[in-house]
Amino acid sequence: MKFQSQSVAMPYFIAALGLFVGQIIFGLIMGLQYVVGDFMFPEIPFNVARMVHTNLLIVWLLFGFMGAAYYLVPEESETELYSTKLAWVLFWTFLIAGALTIVGYLAVPYARLAELTGNDLLPTMGREFLEQPTITKVGIVIVALGFLFNLGMTVLKGRKTVINTVLMIGLVGLAVMFLFSFYNPENLVRDKFYWWYVVHLWVEGVWELILGAILAFVLIKTTGVDREVIEKWLYMIIAMALITGILGTGHHFYWIGTPEYWQWLGSIFSAMEPIPFFMMTLFAFNMVNKRRREHPNKAAVLWAMGTGVMAFLGAGVWGFLHTLAPVNYYTHGTQITASHGHMAFYGAYAMIVMSIISYAVPHMRGRIANSNKSQVTEMWGFWLMTISMVFITLFLTGAGILQVWMQRYTDTPMPFMSVQDKIAIFYWLREFAGVTFLIGLVVYLASFFVGNEQDAAEDYAKAVAKRDLEKAVAG
Amino acid sequence: MNETFTKSMARNIFYGGSVFFILVFLGLTFHTEKVLPERDHRENITPQVVLGKKVWEDNNCVGCHSILGEGAYFAPELGNVYQRFGNSTEAIKLFIKSRPAEGIPGRRSMPQFNLSEEELEAVAQFLKWTSEINTSNWPPNIQG
Repeated sequence: MKFQSQSVAMPYFIAALGLFVGQIIFGLIMGLQYVVGDFMFPEIPFNVARMVHTNLLIVWLLFGFMGAAYYLVPEESETELYSTKLAWVLFWTFLIAGALTIVGYLAVPYARLAELTGNDLLPTMGREFLEQPTITKVGIVIVALGFLFNLGMTVLKGRKTVINTVLMIGLVGLAVMFLFSFYNPENLVRDKFYWWYVVHLWVEGVWELILGAILAFVLIKTTGVDREVIEKWLYMIIAMALITGILGTGHHFYWIGTPEYWQWLGSIFSAMEPIPFFMMTLFAFNMVNKRRREHPNKAAVLWAMGTGVMAFLGAGVWGFLHTLAPVNYYTHGTQITASHGHMAFYGAYAMIVMSIISYAVPHMRGRIANSNKSQVTEMWGFWLMTISMVFITLFLTGAGILQVWMQRYTDTPMPFMSVQDKIAIFYWLREFAGVTFLIGLVVYLASFFVGNEQDAAEDYAKAVAKRDLEKAVAG
Repeated sequence: MNETFTKSMARNIFYGGSVFFILVFLGLTFHTEKVLPERDHRENITPQVVLGKKVWEDNNCVGCHSILGEGAYFAPELGNVYQRFGNSTEAIKLFIKSRPAEGIPGRRSMPQFNLSEEELEAVAQFLKWTSEINTSNWPPNIQG
C-alpha cells in the first residue's frame, strides 16, 4: 500500500462481504419459497425476501465500488485521499442507513413503512429495485455527493490517469442516473420508461465503466504490462459499452407501451452488447499472457480472468439469448430473465469487487500476497461459487425454457401456477446449487483467516527465490 | 492491438461515440414522449387509476408479480389480468379480498393486505387501465 489513506477501503470491503452473506441467505429463503410456498409465511412473504435480496446486492456492490475507489484513486493519483475522515463518516452513514432500511423491510409491513417514511409526500417506493423509502434515497444521494467530492478533490490535486478518469466518469454517471429514481410519473408507461434510465443505464452503461477501470487497475498491478497498452484497451471497451449500451436500452421498450421502432433499435444495438464483454475477456487473458512479472497473488489474477469470462457469459451470452424482439416476445418476464440476471450480476459486478478485494486486502494487511494456503482456500471459494452460479443459471434456464413452452409458445397455454408446479424440479436443483454457493462463500470468507503474516512472508520469499533461479537458468 | 491505432484514437471514439449516442437517445426519448399518448390512452387515467398505482406501489405488488413482464416471477403476470378475469374489476377485487391471512399450507399464497373498499376499487381500475395499453400484442396469450 503506497498511501496510508488507502486503508479506509478496508471497512468498505468488510461491510460489502457482510452484506453479501445476508444477500445469499435471503436468496436461499426465496429459493425455498419457490417450492415450499408457505415457508416463513406470513412473517417474511416472498416480496419482502426478494426486496432484501436485491437491495442487499445493490448496496454491497456500491460498498465494493466505493472501497475500490478509495483504494485505487490515491494510488493512481499518487497522493493521499483528500479526507479520510469524510470517508469514515460516509461509511457509517451509509451502513446505518442501509441497515435501518433492511430492518424496516423486515419489521413492518411495506405499506406501513411507506406511510411512516412519508411516501405520500414524494412517492418513489414500490418499484422493482427502487423499493427504498424516499428518505433512504435522499441519504444515498448525500453519501454519493460526499464520496464524489472526496474523490474529485483527490484526483484534482494528483496525477490524472485514464483509469481514475474513467472510474470518475462511471461513478458520476452512477449518481446522476440514480436521480431518475425520484421521478415517478402517474402514467405507468412513462414510469417504466424512466425507471430503465436508472436500472439499464446503470448495469449496462455506467457500471461497465467502473468495472473496466477496476479491471484495468488490477491487471496493471498484477501483470506489469505497459500502461499505454492497458489504457488503450480500456478506452475501446468502454467506448463499445456505451455505443451499444445506450441505445441497447431499447430492448426494454418492446412491450411496455412504447413505440414499435424500439423493437428494431433495441434488437440491433443490444445484440452488440456482448462485444464489450467479449473484449474484457480478451483483455484479461491477453494481459496475463503478456505479463512482465509473476505476481505472487495468484488468486487476484484468477478473479480478474474469471470476471472477464463470467461477465461475458452472464451479461453477454445469456443477455443475447433473449434480447432479440421476436425471441423476447416469448421469454419476457420468465425464468429466462432470472437466469440472465443471476449470472450477469455475479460474473460482472460481484466478481470485479472480489477481484479488487483479492488484490487490495493483502496490501492493506501489509503483505504483497497472502500465504499459499490462504490463496488455495480463496481459490476453492472462487470455484465453488462460480460453478454453483453456472448451475443456478443452467437450472433457471431449464425452468425458463419449459415455462415458455407450456405457458407462452403454445396453442394451449397453461395457467402460470400450473406451469410453476410442473417445473418445480428445476427450482429444487437451483436451491441445492444455491446451498453450494453459500458453502463456497463461507470457504472464501475463511480464506481471510487462513495463514498468518509469517506464512505469507515465507511463501513470498520462496516465490522470489524461485523466480530468481529461473532467471539465472534462462539467462 | 497494433501501433497505428493509438490511445488517443481510442479515447476519441469513446468520447465522440458516447456523446453521439446520448444525443440520439435523447432525441428518441423526445419522440417517444410525443407519440406515447396514442398508445397509453392517458385520457383514461382517472384519479382512481392514480390512486390504484399508489396502492400497487405501497404494497410492493411488483415484489411477486410482473406487470407488462417486469417485476418478480413468483406470481402471475397482471398486465392482462383484467381480461383473464373475464373483463371484471369485481373478480379482481374479490380475489384480493379473499386471500387467507395465514396462507395456504405448502402453497404460494398472496398475503391479505386488508385494503379498504376505495383502495380495492382503485387497484382494480389501475389494472383495467393497464390492460388497455397498446403493448404490441404482448403477452402472447391470456395466461400472461
